Amino acid sequence: MEIKHSAHAGTLESSDLTVTLQPATAGISIALTSSVAKQFGDQIKQVVTVTLQKSGIQAATVKVNDKGALNCTIKARTIVAAYRAADKTDYDWEEINSWIN
Amino acid sequence: MVENKLGRQIPEPYASQYGVYTGEFTHIKHYQRAAAKVQPVKPRQPKLMQSIHDAIVATGLKDGMTISFHHHFREGDYVMNMVMAEIAKMGIKNLSLAPSSISNVHAPLIDYIKSGVVTNITSSGLRDKLGAAISNGIMANPVVIRSHGGRARAIASGDIHIDVAFLGAPSADEYGNINGVNGKATCGSLGYAKIDAKYADKVVAITDTLVPYPNTPIAIPQTDVDYVVQVDAIGDPKGIAKGAARFTKDPKELLIAQYAAQVITASDYFKPGFSFQTGSGGSSLAVTRYLKQAMEKQNVHASFALGGITSAMVSLMRAGLVDNLLDVQDFDHPSAESLAEDPHHYEIDAEMYASPLSKGSVINQLDVAVLSALEVDTKYNVNVITGSDGVIRGASGGHSDTAAACKMSLVIAPLIRGRIPTIVDDVNTVVTPGASVDVVVTEVGIAINPKRQDLMAMFKDLNVPQFTIQELRDKAYAVTGTPAKIHYGDRPVALIEYRDGTLIDVVNHV
Repeated sequence: MEIKHSAHAGTLESSDLTVTLQPATAGISIALTSSVAKQFGDQIKQVVTVTLQKSGIQAATVKVNDKGALNCTIKARTIVAAYRAADKTDYDWEEINSWIN
Repeated sequence: MVENKLGRQIPEPYASQYGVYTGEFTHIKHYQRAAAKVQPVKPRQPKLMQSIHDAIVATGLKDGMTISFHHHFREGDYVMNMVMAEIAKMGIKNLSLAPSSISNVHAPLIDYIKSGVVTNITSSGLRDKLGAAISNGIMANPVVIRSHGGRARAIASGDIHIDVAFLGAPSADEYGNINGVNGKATCGSLGYAKIDAKYADKVVAITDTLVPYPNTPIAIPQTDVDYVVQVDAIGDPKGIAKGAARFTKDPKELLIAQYAAQVITASDYFKPGFSFQTGSGGSSLAVTRYLKQAMEKQNVHASFALGGITSAMVSLMRAGLVDNLLDVQDFDHPSAESLAEDPHHYEIDAEMYASPLSKGSVINQLDVAVLSALEVDTKYNVNVITGSDGVIRGASGGHSDTAAACKMSLVIAPLIRGRIPTIVDDVNTVVTPGASVDVVVTEVGIAINPKRQDLMAMFKDLNVPQFTIQELRDKAYAVTGTPAKIHYGDRPVALIEYRDGTLIDVVNHV
């Protein structure tokens, strides 16, 4: 999957987050703002990175604004942002299911 | 550094100056009670001053002195900001501020700290912007956090000597008789202010309701008051009840409350004449409600309910289920009204409520206390002062006092809040030692402190899921992930006094 244009998913409700993806030439870089950055900042970045990689994205500029979301929410918002940025709508649920946990 | 009994590192010189925590009751020793310096008032000598400015001049307030306020107006307080503005204008510096607590409305204190008007603070708690500013290190000297009982002890033993107390008075006469039940901003009990009135050298009553002599009922008597000042408004009645929760509909909070009520009613303490204290949080109020149902059904009435009083407790007394309310502070208007009307609703001071160095405080007679927590760790230590990010944002309150003295303490809290686990390996800051905590109640079940084998036996057939505290932590971490440790700086910004005056923990800057 390749990021074609900027796209985002999520809200700023508590326990949610917004994930914004923009095209990049190489690598995944994440700018994180989080209400739980001190306790979970590294874990949030890790989850976003792994989720993007599993979705087949190797390069992206990512902006995450987190309001204390759990990992399951972070994964879901990241996947949706990735599909939107890649203009893909054919979710392969079985494939996603094979790695999401 | 000195390691205290809980393994917390207490830096010098504070460890030597205060001593370090060695156990719940190991530091209770006889002492000489402190007393105020008194300037007697002669016949025909007036106490009424024209302005706060004149009153401050009359008290002889000088650089380096200690001043105090009470926090009965909670988020509706105008008095501290009003007096501090005048003090700052007069150019007085280097003051020690010793209020019973500090609320969000007192954020202007940040400016007075920066300008050197205030250089030391002791308080039950610090909130919001001020808590964050102090955690970021705006004060050279660390704040001393004291419990309500601990503050009363510190004042009675002379650890805190108040030079001038500025006491907001819902009503007062020109000769200084004060109560909290009449006036425009009625806060009800003046339990924390009574201590200041008794022990401060100079006492200024600040009122917006000046009534003819004598102002009865008399909560604080004229014999303790030097000056009286009339102002337009001392507080916002809405702010007094701000944060006082209505009955929650949150299913998680209701389940916690239900489990807590089950624990209480299944205990041997639940019998005619028992006593309890519940707080003002959503779950706490719901506990009171569930208790009411059980008390009605089993025809068990309580001899007294204690503490911060809420309308939920008042309704229990009106229903004939509680014989007496012993009231150090009111959290809402109906409670203040009840204090005015019902002789069995009785005003007590902070020393009688919770001081470990009084000749026996009411908490020593208490059966069951329901307390809240920001964090509980696997040693049952409780944090109610710093957030999970290490920033000071809470208050010690009567937590460690009540937990230590009552026969069974319940700490109720959700397993997680958002992504923040409540049950953790190590709390950021210890306020109440695990030795004082008997049962932890969450929405997934309870954990009984293994030191209370009697309770384990008592609750072995209880229809509430039971876990070890480690299992509760694992359940929390399974949802949130394991939180990273907070990185603190090396400068202490708050000393956490245990109720006996020794240091139980220290908060460093972040």
